[in-house]
Amino acid sequence: MSAAKPPLLEVRGVSKYFGNVIALKDISLGVNAGEVTCVLGDNGAGKSSFIKILSGVHGHDEGEFLVEGEEVRFKSPRDARELGIATVFQDLATVPLMSVWRNFFLGSEPTVGKGPLRRIDVKRAQRTMREEMQKMGIDVRDADQPVGTLSGGERQAVAIARAVFFGAKVLILDEPTSALGVKQSGVVLRYVVQARERGLGVIFITHNPHHAYPVGDRFVVLNRGRLLGDWRRGEIGRDELVKMMSGGAELDQLTHELESQLEAPG
Amino acid sequence: MTEADGGGSPAAAVTAPGAPAPEPVADERLANIGLPARLMRRPEVGSLLGALVICAFFWITTDVFGTLDGIANWTDVASTLGIMAVAVALLMIGGEFDLSAGVMTGTTGLLMGLLTTEWGLSMWPAILLTFLFAAGVGFVNGYMVVKTKLPSFIVTLATFFVLQGVNLGVTKAITGTVRVAGLGDVPGYDSASGLFSSTFWAPHNFRISVVWWIAIAALATWVLARTRAGNWIFAVGGDANASRNVGVPVARVKIALFMTTAIAAALVGIMIALRLSSVQAGQGVGEEFTYIIAAVVGGCLLTGGYGSAIGASLGALIVGMAFIGIQFSGWNTDWRFLFLGVILLLAVLVNNLVRHRAEGARR
Repeated sequence: MSAAKPPLLEVRGVSKYFGNVIALKDISLGVNAGEVTCVLGDNGAGKSSFIKILSGVHGHDEGEFLVEGEEVRFKSPRDARELGIATVFQDLATVPLMSVWRNFFLGSEPTVGKGPLRRIDVKRAQRTMREEMQKMGIDVRDADQPVGTLSGGERQAVAIARAVFFGAKVLILDEPTSALGVKQSGVVLRYVVQARERGLGVIFITHNPHHAYPVGDRFVVLNRGRLLGDWRRGEIGRDELVKMMSGGAELDQLTHELESQLEAPG
Repeated sequence: MTEADGGGSPAAAVTAPGAPAPEPVADERLANIGLPARLMRRPEVGSLLGALVICAFFWITTDVFGTLDGIANWTDVASTLGIMAVAVALLMIGGEFDLSAGVMTGTTGLLMGLLTTEWGLSMWPAILLTFLFAAGVGFVNGYMVVKTKLPSFIVTLATFFVLQGVNLGVTKAITGTVRVAGLGDVPGYDSASGLFSSTFWAPHNFRISVVWWIAIAALATWVLARTRAGNWIFAVGGDANASRNVGVPVARVKIALFMTTAIAAALVGIMIALRLSSVQAGQGVGEEFTYIIAAVVGGCLLTGGYGSAIGASLGALIVGMAFIGIQFSGWNTDWRFLFLGVILLLAVLVNNLVRHRAEGARR
């Protein structure tokens, strides 16, 4: 990649401890604009600790955290958002009983009027929401429709469109496909590609290499809190990725053990 | 209905980098949302129908119910109830309960009574202090709920009993009886009662509290529908985590709601105290459930995130009409509790249906 511009987001040798538990150790990663960086790992690999550091929920204990070349230290997710790092948490992104437009602008509602007469600019909010959803290929006819009546994929789309609209430069997607069916996952993956086309740096966290492989420009595998590997697209095959994710050598060993157990009498 | 397909392309399509933005596709499920469906989505529909039925029933079966005197009577009952139901509805939409709301009307009335009759304050400073005290209790309720993360049901149940004990204990210790009386002689009584407890439109004598109720319901409706605060109230009750993730100050919203409820209770406590010019130590105990029933009948979900101030007002109107209608019919007024129970059950069943429609089968 072009070395002239610093990555949108970069961590160098970041570690995180919870008491005597090493949640993350010595993680380095750079995220560039217009790239999808897939962070893969099995349960307990440290994915969620990693997102929480990136999104400002937790502070890091060691290492450096840089946003566009400047070292930062987030105290809250709000700090991260202000620097253009938006996180879409799986299933924790929208309020099901609220309408699409209310969800879209929740926390950053556009207002008109002053003082006690300050009120939400409903017309503008609805129009903007429609336009932004249109850009993602979703035609929302009824802005007052509760988000809960949308499909899982569309709900993720609302959250992604919202993050993009509010100026996200880095979009962190936490397991966006894990609760979805095959077809719905495909819909969400298309939004991931779209966000990349619009020049965002996307961090796509998943435990499903089959979802990561088609959209990723770069693959990072975590295992037991450590960086197991970091490949660019084309440097690693799908099968190899699957193998790395499940612990590589460990999986081979497990296969051997299981086979020998099954073969053993009694 | 299980698959909503944005464009019909399978997952493999995304492998092509630089795939063009898919054509916006109209979702066939959204095509025909007509007026009836839109109406059904409003939380207050059920209570509006209920109110019409009950009104028609007593209007036809009794002589007095439909006269202006009769209307003045049931709007009076509905008004103080309605003010509380609106505040409780906001709190319930925000996902919390306040079981101390009923006893607070007694505590605040007693406080105002003691400040004036025992400690010599004139009416207006006492009213101001009473509102401040209520705001303080509301803050404590909210702060405890937010900090301990315990269910507000338990926290405010504790407040309920504490206040009930204080009401009786302090009143007995200071006055030697279970009531505070003689508010009518306090300087400033006339102007205060003019604002809070007078009547208008003689000879039918509608209560001024009806005007307060309508104004508060209108204000609450505007806040809910058109302000950021209203958006946040729905959000914290609907999903506190999602709200926090997008930057809604969840703790602040909840504490403010508890304070609003307590201040509304102070308003009602002051109204009742000024009207009777005395306060019973047991005033308001048990009323909290009537407020919650009115809010639920008005379409508030017990789980939060859904409801309306107009609905809660209609719920209060139903309760008010039923209480007075039962009296006018010459039935034993004890039957009103049975009535409350039945409409509560009906309302919860209807609300459940509404929520399933709103949340969708997918969730």
